[in-house]
Amino acid sequence: MSKVIVMTSGKGGVGKTTSSAAFAAGLALRGYRTVVIDFDVGLRNLDLIMGCERRVVFDFINVINGDARLNQALIKDKRVENLAILPTSQTRDKEALTREGVGKVIEELRETFDYIICDSPAGIERGALMALYFADEAVIVTNPEISSVRDSDRILGVLQSKSRRAEEGHEPVKEHLLLTRYDTARVARGEMLKVEDVLEILAIPLIGIIPESQTVLKASNLGTPVILDEESPAAAGYSEAVGRFLGETIEVRFPKQQRRGLFQRLLWRTA
Amino acid sequence: MSIMNYFRSRPKTSADQAKERLQILLAHERAGSTRPDYLPRMQAELMQVIARYIEIDEDMISVEFENSGTVSTIEVNIELPTELVMQGSSALAVAS
Repeated sequence: MSKVIVMTSGKGGVGKTTSSAAFAAGLALRGYRTVVIDFDVGLRNLDLIMGCERRVVFDFINVINGDARLNQALIKDKRVENLAILPTSQTRDKEALTREGVGKVIEELRETFDYIICDSPAGIERGALMALYFADEAVIVTNPEISSVRDSDRILGVLQSKSRRAEEGHEPVKEHLLLTRYDTARVARGEMLKVEDVLEILAIPLIGIIPESQTVLKASNLGTPVILDEESPAAAGYSEAVGRFLGETIEVRFPKQQRRGLFQRLLWRTA
Repeated sequence: MSIMNYFRSRPKTSADQAKERLQILLAHERAGSTRPDYLPRMQAELMQVIARYIEIDEDMISVEFENSGTVSTIEVNIELPTELVMQGSSALAVAS
């Protein structure tokens, strides 16, 4: 039985696309047939993060409008088997994203894929609503920062009222919290919200913590899902998140903190 | 100042303040999100109707929505000007 997962956040710039690319690649690496769809009509970027921007011929909107077949628009990833990308349109207006059209494409994808990841645009407008409408599960991408937490709370409300599962009275969309850009050192200094704080406020189960890491920018420079970078601490975070998503019990590890010498620690105390 | 005080009276960190602000804000926003969207419009229209008969200020009418699980109530409170009350009309209070 295939599953539709939406990566959403309300707020922009928290790492939805990075997380979509990493999560999709992580599922595919474990052998699941996975497709990741870009719902950000007009502001196509998933193709860049996935490194397939030069291979885009037809897109999601072409398929919805019947200008292309699904197989013509799907781009198979060259590094990871079982992974495909459905890029969005750069030019068409958002009106093209109709509920019927999106529904038909998702139904067709369900026939060939185990997981369908919907990379939501920011905001709570049409693109974001369409990305979450068909979801079975939702990954709420949140930064430990007040505006991101507030917007996550808003988008949780939208999921609980505007998704198909909510409208048709089915079992609610399963929610997961993915805390990204987490900086253990700043948390220790009291400069950043703790994971416990965010969990207490949003009250949804944690699926993973992605540490703040320079390797994320490097991966996007190269057009590689960060999960493929074996040296990246963010990759480890995403792998664990994928494992938990699949039902494995993995203890939450806190991203490593720089160790300080005794002298430095004493200085820290009094500072 | 004893050494214990030094450990006890640590000032609130900015993260603590962020958490507090969020908790207060979200408690408010979550309550507001269950209110129907038409409330402000309804208040404005009620205002127009009443103004046809009585001279009334905008802040003299309040529309409150309350949701207590199984029952939702809309409470409309209209405060009348003193001279009307003197003429024998009692305060108009409608609850549904």
